[in-house]
Amino acid sequence: MSEPLLSIENVAVELPTPRGLLRAVDGVDLKVEAGRTLGVVGESGCGKTMLSRAILQLLPKRAALTGRVMLGGRDLARLPAEALRKLRGPELAVVFQDPMTSLNPVLTIGTQIVETLQVHLGLSSIAATKRGAELLAAVGIPAPEQRLRQYPHQLSGGMRQRVAIAIALSCEPKLLIADEPTTALDVTVQAQILDLLAREQQRRQMAMILITHDLGVVAGRTDEVAVMYAGRVVERAPTRQLFARMRMPYTEALLAAIPKLDTPPHTPLPAIAGRPPDPTRPLPGCSFAPRCRYADDACEAAKPPLADPEKAGGLYACWHPL
Amino acid sequence: MSAPLLSVENLTVEYAVGGRSLFAVSDVSLHVDRGETLGLVGESGCGKSTLGRAVLQLRKPTGGKVLFDGTELTTLDAAAMRRMRKRLQLIFQDPIASLNPRRRIGDIIAEPLIIVGVTDKAKRDAKVREVMTAVGLDPDVAMDRLPHEFSGGQCQRICIARALILEPELVICDEPVSALDVSIRAQILNLLEEMKRRYGLTLLFIAHDLAVVKAVSDRIAVMYLGKLCEVGPTETVFARPAHPYTALLLEAIPVPDPTVRPMANIPIGEPPSPLAPPSGCRFRTRCPRADAQCAAQVPELRDTGGGRFAACHHPLTNA
Repeated sequence: MSEPLLSIENVAVELPTPRGLLRAVDGVDLKVEAGRTLGVVGESGCGKTMLSRAILQLLPKRAALTGRVMLGGRDLARLPAEALRKLRGPELAVVFQDPMTSLNPVLTIGTQIVETLQVHLGLSSIAATKRGAELLAAVGIPAPEQRLRQYPHQLSGGMRQRVAIAIALSCEPKLLIADEPTTALDVTVQAQILDLLAREQQRRQMAMILITHDLGVVAGRTDEVAVMYAGRVVERAPTRQLFARMRMPYTEALLAAIPKLDTPPHTPLPAIAGRPPDPTRPLPGCSFAPRCRYADDACEAAKPPLADPEKAGGLYACWHPL
Repeated sequence: MSAPLLSVENLTVEYAVGGRSLFAVSDVSLHVDRGETLGLVGESGCGKSTLGRAVLQLRKPTGGKVLFDGTELTTLDAAAMRRMRKRLQLIFQDPIASLNPRRRIGDIIAEPLIIVGVTDKAKRDAKVREVMTAVGLDPDVAMDRLPHEFSGGQCQRICIARALILEPELVICDEPVSALDVSIRAQILNLLEEMKRRYGLTLLFIAHDLAVVKAVSDRIAVMYLGKLCEVGPTETVFARPAHPYTALLLEAIPVPDPTVRPMANIPIGEPPSPLAPPSGCRFRTRCPRADAQCAAQVPELRDTGGGRFAACHHPLTNA
């Protein structure tokens, strides 16, 4: 088995808040190999975005990161700023949720792509412009030469996200992190963008982390899924295995809460009662216990470890697996 | 059969954009029966929110009629419309932004009562407590708090309580769960269904997510670039869409099952600019079935049987 491209080891992120220390990410271990896609699923506040920021080394200044973020043998958490800057682009790139805020509104699309190509690949202005147009064409933008002269506000949300993807892919990154890349988009555009990401990931043999709150998005487009709750990974398994047999009650409840197309109208949805725990007041036991219908005293007493006791190839953190 | 509670006839809403006109809603006719939930779906910019606002006269229609329980709303004067408003309420997408951050929850929910002139404070308080309890908020805990102390889902409960306190007949829900997490979304959808039963509401439910719309709607109306593509009973439209656009929307939904391959080739493309809509059928530029007739002639909404109507020259089913 090959060495994973990215290996996150016991990563924790703590943020000081007026209510006390907030443990946004709590001891996460993950691995992604080249050419594979990992889905990270969870609700708002579960720590999935903080985890991606920890990998990218884009955490807020006051945040404290512990653990190791190994990318191609180097620990990103201990790399000097200059070395890190050189890695961003050719090794590590990101596509954020909102393409309106991730693109600079006062620069043309062309300037933003050309700048990236000049800085990271040392291309001349003419070569970079030509390459920029090719990149826009590759992500399905019609009339790319004209688009280079336009500003972000002149493009639709879907087109802006394509531009953001073109910029992220411009330096042929080994790892692409897509943080809710389609949440702000319409369903037909979402399907197009997910197809585009999958196609480029295959073509370039990139590793990709697809972060989303939607189990539907990860189902068809990832090799492995990690489900996060309250800062921890609570279940992790190859995608097909996970959907065939969910072990952690939270994963099952999350899937059940999605309205299904084959359910008749007016069928009550199996909602998850309550809401996630206060991250500044960690619970001694399982964080999902207060909302879990299988919870008992054992769940409230001690945190279940993320393990694979049956050696079935999937990890889960639960005292009473399904 | 009784007359529908809401009936929209040939409604047109026009915006002036840089000297040109943008038809956000063009010539739309639909009705909502008493006690029914009509789901209105479509992509961003298709005019579904504008239609909702035009019904409430928050955006004056440039043409057509809005009949609410037999009264023409477009010709009502401001005072008469204000009296009418207590029978029609609106719930917005962003629950946090639609609450005044400096006011206590109890006051926010009571405000509609003050507006309609309920001067008795004890009476107001009793009513506030009743609706808060109905939407699953504990009045003793929540009354004196401020919106920032609540999560998005709780804020949406507050908005629902505020919309229900005047016991309206029609509630327009404009993307009420789009900003919420999956688990909270299910809670709010269940709550809306429960409130509909309890208060005998009629709902116009606007959303872009077909699965969400299906969960609550009796009938569905699909909109594209300001026009209706298809209207019909929810089960029929989902099982056998007649309009190729409805079929595209259905196929684009990610299915939470890895054994179902995502549709390989969603036709590339996005809705054209509403400033320059295509001639004939507005969907033809993205439609796999489009031909010369589609470019030449605007398809009318035609009865395809079973209470379903489709505006297509080449419908997928002729049931």
